[in-house]
Amino acid sequence: MNKKETELKPEDFNTHIRPTWCLGCGNYGIWNAMKRALVTLGLKNHQVLAVYGIGCSGNGTNFTKTYAFHSLHGRSLPVATGAKLANHKLNVIVMAGDGDGAGIGGNHFMHTCRRNIDITFIMHDNRIYGLTTGQASPTSDQGFKSKSTPKGVLEEPVNPIALALSSGATFVARGFSGQVKHLSGLMVEAIKHNGFSFVDVLQPCVTFNKKNTYEWYRDRVYKLEDEPDYKSDDLMQAFEKSQQKDKIPIGIFYKIDKPTYEDGLKQIERKPLVDHVISDVDINKLLNEYF
Amino acid sequence: MKTENVSIKIGGEAGYGIMSTGFMLSKVFAKKGYFVLDTNEYPSLIKGGHNTYTIRVGTSPIYSISKSIDILIALDKKTIDIHREEISYNSHIIYDEQDYSSQDIGGKRKDLNYMAVPFTKIIEEVKAPRVMRNNVALGAVLALVGISFDLLETAIKQQFQHKGDKVVELNTRAAGLGYKYIKEKLNNSTPYSLEEVKQKNKMLVTGNDAVFLGAVRSGCKFYAAYPMTPSSSILHSFASIEDDYNIVTKHAESELAVVNMALGASFTGARSMLATSGGGFALMNEGLSAAAMTETPLVMVLSQRPAPATGLPTWTEQGDMLFAVHAAHGEFLRIVLAPGDPEECFYLTGKAFNLADKYQIPVIILLDKHLSESHFSYEKFDSSKIKVDRGKLISEPIKEGKDYKRYEINSSGVSPRVVCGTPGGVHIANTDEHDQHGFSNEDANNRKEMMDKRFDKIKELVKDIDPPRVYGPPEAEITCWSWGSCKGPILEAMKTLNRDQKKVNLVHFNYLYPFLVDPVVKLMKDSNRNVIIENNKTSQLGKLLMLNTGTKINNRILKYNGRQFLPEEIISGIEQL
Ligand code: SF4
Repeated sequence: MNKKETELKPEDFNTHIRPTWCLGCGNYGIWNAMKRALVTLGLKNHQVLAVYGIGCSGNGTNFTKTYAFHSLHGRSLPVATGAKLANHKLNVIVMAGDGDGAGIGGNHFMHTCRRNIDITFIMHDNRIYGLTTGQASPTSDQGFKSKSTPKGVLEEPVNPIALALSSGATFVARGFSGQVKHLSGLMVEAIKHNGFSFVDVLQPCVTFNKKNTYEWYRDRVYKLEDEPDYKSDDLMQAFEKSQQKDKIPIGIFYKIDKPTYEDGLKQIERKPLVDHVISDVDINKLLNEYF
Repeated sequence: MKTENVSIKIGGEAGYGIMSTGFMLSKVFAKKGYFVLDTNEYPSLIKGGHNTYTIRVGTSPIYSISKSIDILIALDKKTIDIHREEISYNSHIIYDEQDYSSQDIGGKRKDLNYMAVPFTKIIEEVKAPRVMRNNVALGAVLALVGISFDLLETAIKQQFQHKGDKVVELNTRAAGLGYKYIKEKLNNSTPYSLEEVKQKNKMLVTGNDAVFLGAVRSGCKFYAAYPMTPSSSILHSFASIEDDYNIVTKHAESELAVVNMALGASFTGARSMLATSGGGFALMNEGLSAAAMTETPLVMVLSQRPAPATGLPTWTEQGDMLFAVHAAHGEFLRIVLAPGDPEECFYLTGKAFNLADKYQIPVIILLDKHLSESHFSYEKFDSSKIKVDRGKLISEPIKEGKDYKRYEINSSGVSPRVVCGTPGGVHIANTDEHDQHGFSNEDANNRKEMMDKRFDKIKELVKDIDPPRVYGPPEAEITCWSWGSCKGPILEAMKTLNRDQKKVNLVHFNYLYPFLVDPVVKLMKDSNRNVIIENNKTSQLGKLLMLNTGTKINNRILKYNGRQFLPEEIISGIEQL
């Protein structure tokens, strides 16, 4: 078989189900960027496990042809972690919203960052709860009016980039679903990164978030790689950029090499857990310790 | 004087080695080949508070501790005050005169043998730290029961070798002096000499140990937990052997993470287990429901302690059975197992993994603090009796062009499960209702078909589980109905009751759910008078029986003060019927 024949195209990652997202939804950009990234990386459908959360992004489970686990709201990161530990040969990607990552699953987010396990988390950050019809989310701007906050959000929004940085993530990036090519490039880097990689994706929800629109983002985003002095291994600089409000930096905020969680596990050094033969585990030595 | 069995209680302040003393003593008896059962009681404190360790040792099988104590070892002042009335007639109290003056002790019970042993003085003589007073007491007990000292030396070595030779030597010396002191005082007579037994050296395991051993034997590859008494020792056991057995043990950030990590690991094909107590299990309910909907096998250990809320963290109860049977949102099949002793823990854990894989459903193993943390002596478990059956698990690539359906509908309700990552088997494990491929589907017909599919598993499943087991004479006047760890005290009570002609038997449930209606109805028809015995307030087995058979058992012996049944309590309960 020559190489050409085995190469997949982005369409090969489509299932027979067409996306049900609203016309113009930012999820399309993320979806397309992801399929391109998988193609760029030369991955086959079965080599990828995508773990989805709940919400509009979670509905994406049905549209992308890879192994998938459509988990519960907020629980995508632990499901992905368990899967990766059981078979670290899998490429594990988490696709979940800001509700999952910064709200109901916020605790898992923090711990997955510090765990530095080799999975990639693409946060579909639309700053709203789309599927439950437009309530404020943990990343909604302060003062943001929604069905659940008619007088405006009282809290400061969660800053996913700063949170990831302070929690010890070794790859932190932000993309914009209106710039698919750039986003896809970030995803490629994120998946290639050895350790936990986090990509916060600015995702317009055209139906419920009338503030953070494509236009609003387009007026504000700029690329970190265009900044001549920006060094992506400088944590303090990354923090500083994460605080910028007038303009919104996209690109790789931070990237360093550090041992992964799996590197610390001698028991999976030789082969993944799933490849161990379990039909006749000899526990005699263990039993003798109870005498 | 030759005795059949002896009860020993050690009491003192937490942090003073009560647990290690008791354990070493049990170990010595087990090494001698005697039957042993021990249990510890301790408040939820690290230092301070009153701890006890109770050991019953005998020449024939011991099913539970008993109410009366033959030897009480008081490592502090409180112990005698609290436990004086539990001591049987003419028995022995070992204490230190530094804690108790002779006036304090006398007066109350004249029948007891007060044996002052200068724990503190001996310790000071050998220049050992005060915490080693317990070793002196240990030696003293051995002299009372007439067991040679060398076995204790071995037990001390096993217990302390990780702390270095010096510690082993000091402990041994302290124990030796206690032994010598009593020997001389008793003039070499032994008030509690146990008959010699021919039996071999026995293993000493808790319910938690047995579940752990069963899980390792069954090929459990991923174990996740969040520490919670009384399940924590399973986590410690897994953590200590993970390299030797190629197992990943994950102490996760929360119980929510635990159950979902286990699901992820199981989805990729690794046998996975978790353990927790009621509070942790409450948090895991959503994940339990996810396991059911995605048809991901999962073994969950729920070791009960008194609740609601934090309850009595270090005490025992059987209060979560109906919770386990009904836990989580939605209607789905699960299996609830309730081993009654460590031996059952071992073999049922093996069964739990097979059932979870075979039917692709969650299996809950119910323990309780008493079973989780008490030591029981056994002949070596027969690990060849645990066989691995992974059911319809596929790890070979699916042929190109074959339309693989993860949730294929067939007569058994169980569809072939492809290991995540297998070429040709790409699918979704979907917590949304889904079609046969796993795609989300809200169609009314599909919903009904998939619900039926998941429930169809019960047809085969009921053939794989056992009806309750009957212990004792089949034609008894009184039939006890019980489950889980009440088994031991009831069997122990039956020994006495059946000796006095009151013919009693026991119907004991290892499999609580699914409920096998027909055999239970038959047992009910065959029995004369029934009584339910449970370690809870509302008789949860009674409710389960009524729900499934429509029959109410009115006689109940219930205990819910955070303590395990004592056989004497069951005897008097039955005598009052
Ligand atoms: S509600 Fe918003 S997030 Fe959801 S599909 Fe529509 S546009 Fe996208």
